[in-house]
Amino acid sequence: MSLSVPDLNLRIIAPVLIVAISALVVLLGELVTSSAQKRGLGYASLVGLLAAGGAAMGLWDAHAVAFREMVRADNFGVFLTLTILAGAVLCILLSFDFTRAHRIETGEYYALILFSVTGMLLMVTAADLIIIFLALELLSLPLYILAAFKREDERSLEAGLKYFLLGAFSSAFFLYGIALVYGATGTTNLARIAASAPSEMLLIGAGLLLVGFAFKVALVPFHWWTPDVYEGAPTTITAFMSVAVKAAAFGAFLRAFLVALPALAMDWRVVLAIIAVLTMTLGNVAALLQANIKRMLAYSSIAHAGYILIALVAMGGAGVSAALFYLLAYTLTNLGAFGAVIALGEGERERLNVSDYGGLARMQPLLAAMLTVFMLSLAGFPPFAGFVGKFLIFGAAVQNGWAWLAVVGVLNSLVSVYFYLRPVVAMYMSEPVEGWGAPRVAPLVALALVLALIGVIALGVFPAPAIALAAGGLGR
Amino acid sequence: MIPLPFYLLLAAALFCIGLFGALARRNAIAILMGIELMLNAVNINLIAFWRYIQPAAPTWDLAGQIFALFVITLAAAEAAIALALVIAIYRSRDTVNVEEVDLMKW
Amino acid sequence: MPVDYLPILVMLIVVSAFAAIALTISALVGPRRPTPAKLSPYESGMPPFGSARRRVPVKYYLTAVLFILFDIEIIFFYPWAVLFRQLGWFGLIEMALFVLVLLVGYVYVWRKGGFDWD
Repeated sequence: MSLSVPDLNLRIIAPVLIVAISALVVLLGELVTSSAQKRGLGYASLVGLLAAGGAAMGLWDAHAVAFREMVRADNFGVFLTLTILAGAVLCILLSFDFTRAHRIETGEYYALILFSVTGMLLMVTAADLIIIFLALELLSLPLYILAAFKREDERSLEAGLKYFLLGAFSSAFFLYGIALVYGATGTTNLARIAASAPSEMLLIGAGLLLVGFAFKVALVPFHWWTPDVYEGAPTTITAFMSVAVKAAAFGAFLRAFLVALPALAMDWRVVLAIIAVLTMTLGNVAALLQANIKRMLAYSSIAHAGYILIALVAMGGAGVSAALFYLLAYTLTNLGAFGAVIALGEGERERLNVSDYGGLARMQPLLAAMLTVFMLSLAGFPPFAGFVGKFLIFGAAVQNGWAWLAVVGVLNSLVSVYFYLRPVVAMYMSEPVEGWGAPRVAPLVALALVLALIGVIALGVFPAPAIALAAGGLGR
Repeated sequence: MIPLPFYLLLAAALFCIGLFGALARRNAIAILMGIELMLNAVNINLIAFWRYIQPAAPTWDLAGQIFALFVITLAAAEAAIALALVIAIYRSRDTVNVEEVDLMKW
Repeated sequence: MPVDYLPILVMLIVVSAFAAIALTISALVGPRRPTPAKLSPYESGMPPFGSARRRVPVKYYLTAVLFILFDIEIIFFYPWAVLFRQLGWFGLIEMALFVLVLLVGYVYVWRKGGFDWD
């Protein structure tokens, strides 16, 4: 038996390391700052995230593996890394005033977000099932705490407990799947799994992996935690979960199934196509029935997971790049929509009912226009990012022989228009509701909204550069 | 040497017992115990697979063993978070029964 | 081939039918004659005293949580200790970094008063 030092290549995991170190610094910073200085910890987190973004850009076209092929720097991973970091930056910008208003402004809040981002970045860089599992847990554990972060709010605690119980439950299935894949192939490395012969045990393992991923990205029938957790968690955390977890989990999902299990594609494509149909339909139909805007956006996020799943079923370069573009577009759009909800809050009160949005177009014309843009983008109207994303995904499906799936997707998008426009109609058509003053938007929240708006419009009007960046980056 | 399927059956049985516990119990702590049993059942799988894969593997590889260590640690981290959540819920609601923690309908 | 999955379907039906039949029969014909001995929590064991619902200070839970967290990390020292000589300086530095990260958590808990009993 001989031992050799593994090929340490810290550059490849530099973004992960930078975020992890920032998290530790912020956690220690919590000990030495007074309650008036907590805002500084938020700024420190922003610096860490931006530095990680810089390091990630340096990995573009690096195409390298390290740590015994356990992590891989390819353009697929870098694209998702930047998407997740963008989501985290916007979330922290939205958090400054929200946390103060809700009396949860602490260093731990920012540190936990950074720990979760560490797990997410590791997840999209991982080329080994062990690392994928560790990253999945590292991203989930802080989120369980963050969902329950508003300790005096029973709904928040309930969200945390439900998220934890179902998340831990799904991790066990995921882990069992990894064990069976390991047993069937003798390896946990994605590329080496692809090289080994398919067997029944591998198929069962792949099925259990699918259950684990389906829980994390909220696919029917593993979606039932989503509305409760999204409703109960603090709104900034809901916004963060709805976009960043999806980007990270779909990254690993795509990588695991397209790199490690293409030999079984005959089996899983049909299953995933059925799940995609159920997910889109149930998400959109249930969203129609919601009066609470956070629950509505929760069901909408389930529906969007269904759209992205179409890209995985389509496979091929077109499918992968469509999924990446969609994840970026969805991240900016959904954070914008949640950002508008956060911006309209007054102290600890939030406008959670669609009827609370009455008459806002007159009191806050700019904010109303922004929320309208985000809702239209979510519904898939041109010229916004959501339209291009859906166009690419449905195009990839048609191109690879899944035209019927694209048709179901288009029909679902039509249904979704109805509920996305309900707050918009209320803002422009209804009278203002009693008991709400004119909202004052904090500068940092406004900054986040403007950044998201620029992104949504830029991706919608000039999608070509982003599509080019999203294309063909999945290393094998 | 005990044949591999025996270990796999033991692990599958333990996993199912844990699964039943997680689904059938209403006490949050008991659900957590079920989940822990599921995780540890997988550990048996990992170690058994490693034991049977290793002699045939081209290089010395500890993946199965090391993975089991990671899983043990993760199970502890999950238990810590669960205990903290349950204490917080008990303080505000005076119950750890998940059926009574239902302000929001499933 | 979908036909390859037929045995699984048959198995599923057989298993479900068996479970349903077994539960029904035991509910129908099983005698229920409870005696005090059968109902005691520990048959032929120590008789329980006091209430199991006696309140335990919540401080114990905090201590338990912290103990679990820091105790379980020792597990990573075992492989390192076994191969200490072969790993050499590389292993020592890696382990120092690992302990450093734990130390951050320790300092956090300590300064937050997690170790204060009162």
